[in-house]
Amino acid sequence: MTLLEIKNLSLSIHNIDILDNITLSVGAGEIVAITGESGSGKSMTALAVMQLLPKGVTTTGQIILNDRVLTELDEPDLCNIRGNDIGMVFQEPMSALNPVHTIGQQVTETIRIHDRSVSRQEAKNRAVETLNRVGLPQDQFPLSRFPHELSGGQRQRVVIAMAIALRPRLLIADEPTTALDVTTQGQILNLLKKLAQEGGMGLLMITHDLAVVADMADRIVVMRAGKIVEQGDTNHLLQNMQHPYTKMLFAASGHQVSLPPITPKLPLLEVKGVVREYRLPRTKIFSTPRTFRAVNDVSFSIRRGERVGLVGESGCGKSTLTRAILGLDQVQSGVISVDGAPVFSGGHPNLDVRRKMQVVFQDPFGSFNPRHRVDRLITEPFHLLADPPKGTARTRAIDEALLAVGLTPQDANKYIHEFSGGQRQRIAIARALIIRPDLILFDEAVSALDVSVRAQILDLLAELCEAYNLTYLFISHDLSVVRTITDRVLVMKSGKIVEHGETTSVFENPRHPYTRALIAAAPVLPDLSQAIA
Amino acid sequence: MLRYTLKRLLSLLISLAVASLVIFVVIEVAPGDPASFMLGMNAQPETLAALRSELGLDVPKVQRYFAWVSGMLSGDFGTSYTYRTPVIDMISGRLWVSLPLALYALVLSSLIAFPAGIFAASRRGQAGDISVMGATQLGVAVPNFWFAMILVLVFAINLRWFAAGGFIGWNNGFWVGLHALTLPAIALALPQAAILARVMRSSLLDVLGEDFMRTARAKGLSERQALWRHGLRNALIPVLTIIGLQFSFLLAGSIIIEQVFYLPGLGRLVFQSISARDLIVVESIVMLLVFSVIMVNFLVDLAYAVVDPRLRSRT
Repeated sequence: MTLLEIKNLSLSIHNIDILDNITLSVGAGEIVAITGESGSGKSMTALAVMQLLPKGVTTTGQIILNDRVLTELDEPDLCNIRGNDIGMVFQEPMSALNPVHTIGQQVTETIRIHDRSVSRQEAKNRAVETLNRVGLPQDQFPLSRFPHELSGGQRQRVVIAMAIALRPRLLIADEPTTALDVTTQGQILNLLKKLAQEGGMGLLMITHDLAVVADMADRIVVMRAGKIVEQGDTNHLLQNMQHPYTKMLFAASGHQVSLPPITPKLPLLEVKGVVREYRLPRTKIFSTPRTFRAVNDVSFSIRRGERVGLVGESGCGKSTLTRAILGLDQVQSGVISVDGAPVFSGGHPNLDVRRKMQVVFQDPFGSFNPRHRVDRLITEPFHLLADPPKGTARTRAIDEALLAVGLTPQDANKYIHEFSGGQRQRIAIARALIIRPDLILFDEAVSALDVSVRAQILDLLAELCEAYNLTYLFISHDLSVVRTITDRVLVMKSGKIVEHGETTSVFENPRHPYTRALIAAAPVLPDLSQAIA
Repeated sequence: MLRYTLKRLLSLLISLAVASLVIFVVIEVAPGDPASFMLGMNAQPETLAALRSELGLDVPKVQRYFAWVSGMLSGDFGTSYTYRTPVIDMISGRLWVSLPLALYALVLSSLIAFPAGIFAASRRGQAGDISVMGATQLGVAVPNFWFAMILVLVFAINLRWFAAGGFIGWNNGFWVGLHALTLPAIALALPQAAILARVMRSSLLDVLGEDFMRTARAKGLSERQALWRHGLRNALIPVLTIIGLQFSFLLAGSIIIEQVFYLPGLGRLVFQSISARDLIVVESIVMLLVFSVIMVNFLVDLAYAVVDPRLRSRT
């Protein structure tokens, strides 16, 4: 039975077309996933179903939920439907809850807003029951908890509890696990699946993660630039992709690169017994402050020419370790050295070592000054050099760096807003390459990119490995990327390296239980080589 | 919450101690000897010395500081150099005008600003928003004494609803006193309300863009319900900060308004004492103002914690 039907929905904001002739349906108990790259109109489709569109939107077409045409209802009727017939879960669990209300208040609100006859006590009982259903039992998570007292995954469970408290017939989940760690992601996805199966609830899921899509959905809808390019039953679609874009998307998602072989040489980076602690706020006024060990006795080394991955979940100490390696933070004990020289000496970062390292960050938007031109941006590392190139030598260095990352020398005179996300990340890599560093740190460098762009950047890295004989440490939570772009991998948990070895052998025969859990939790794309070809 | 309160209280005491020291040092270091000022340019050295010893200006500075602080703690603020009356009497009389006036103005400004800010934020970009913002622009730009003069012209001279100035005290009853303070309070409140309304609006607009507001709408709350239940309390923190700052200003910064309405308030007393180099009075009033600022900050801190549970646990 069809629960939700979207018929020929088109939508524009101030005459800019956002959605073009969208037609799709969700049945009771069915999981339908809308997928596509950023800007494809996935989220706007979800908001259109909720009729929570931004101001200035004009729509044509119909959205029908159980014979009621949502696009023709007035606001009070829509308020009755939202939360009651349709629940919605959002991407950012950290900000989706009101910080000043308890989780109990927020769940009971859904119940009482739709039915004033429910007493406060009755609403509380039902909130307890709902929180129980989403895996937040009362003895550990009483109603009086505030959102800031919960982890990201727990908050997402509260958001789900709010959405399903009235047992809606349709649940919309917009990137519900994108902000979560892979093990938490697995739990939340299982929960959503269970809720759809048990209650006969339709689930419309929006996600850019094709592995999640393949794993969860009964049906897949692929969107691109506001249009549906292809849709169908998951198994059928995965085996018989018709549209080139769908093929490209899945190919890019499972993209593998081949790194040039290396002959291990002398050690370049050595990390020995490193400990980095943070002081926690005092619990009593005169007590000794407790400390939190973000990095706990970590040792490893990277030899020249090696490509090493560092994986682990958020809060495991990856970023702290990165900062310590860059010499941005002083460590409490242990030594980090590059070519035998310490990165931090005498209370200051050691500049001689600092110029041997460069870093590429996750956010290609935030890591550039928008008021500088590209030539100035990518020559920033020159200030590390005792005798930076000037005049024609500088121009030559800029041209060479831009060409190396697939841009043109003419791009040097542009500003950063003139580039796309992928191009910006290329510029970030150019900035790292320009002083020919011995070691590059990639800190979640491809995590914010769309799959097709990510595939291009991974190819670029493989080419650069060939051309420049790069040595790098690739820090990421994305196991599939680390698997293809590194020779060796370190697995970090709670400040410690729990496993470390050749990438292929760690992924194929993980020894530590944590590595096994991590690999098991990560959704994997089925083998699609036939379908894509 | 208790630990949070105690911590705030401790920081309050430290701030007071530091402030008293700074005030004393700054005022003592300031050039100008009160004794020679009082006796004029041609005073005899002997008379000057006698007066200095009478005023207690010849004892070592450290000793004078402790005498001043311990005096204040026991309610003895010393004796005015110029008027030869206890400072405490001079201040307390004025405080009974300035404090109620400041509170009155603050209540009025909040009563105007909250609805105006909420109204404007909920109609962002529409005619209502634009007119409220235009009015607040005017309120910020126009000086309060001009408002005061217009108010006197309209309500005292033409309509004769209020007296044009003066204050007859609280002895004739609370409402009579309040009535007399109404025009000055409105004149003080209008510019403050304009600022507060703008802060309220922008703070609320920030909150309206938050993810949890969208969650609230997805639960089935109407735009209005979402604003009242989820928006307002979250928007209150910056507004509380501004209210705290405004109160301190209203207490002592109302000198021009006091002048316009012939009110015997603190502002006028500060002005007179500074021109007369009556250091002890200046010191005491400044200390009193510092005390009130710190006290208000303390209350604002407590209010933060009531509004935002994250602060309660972060101690």
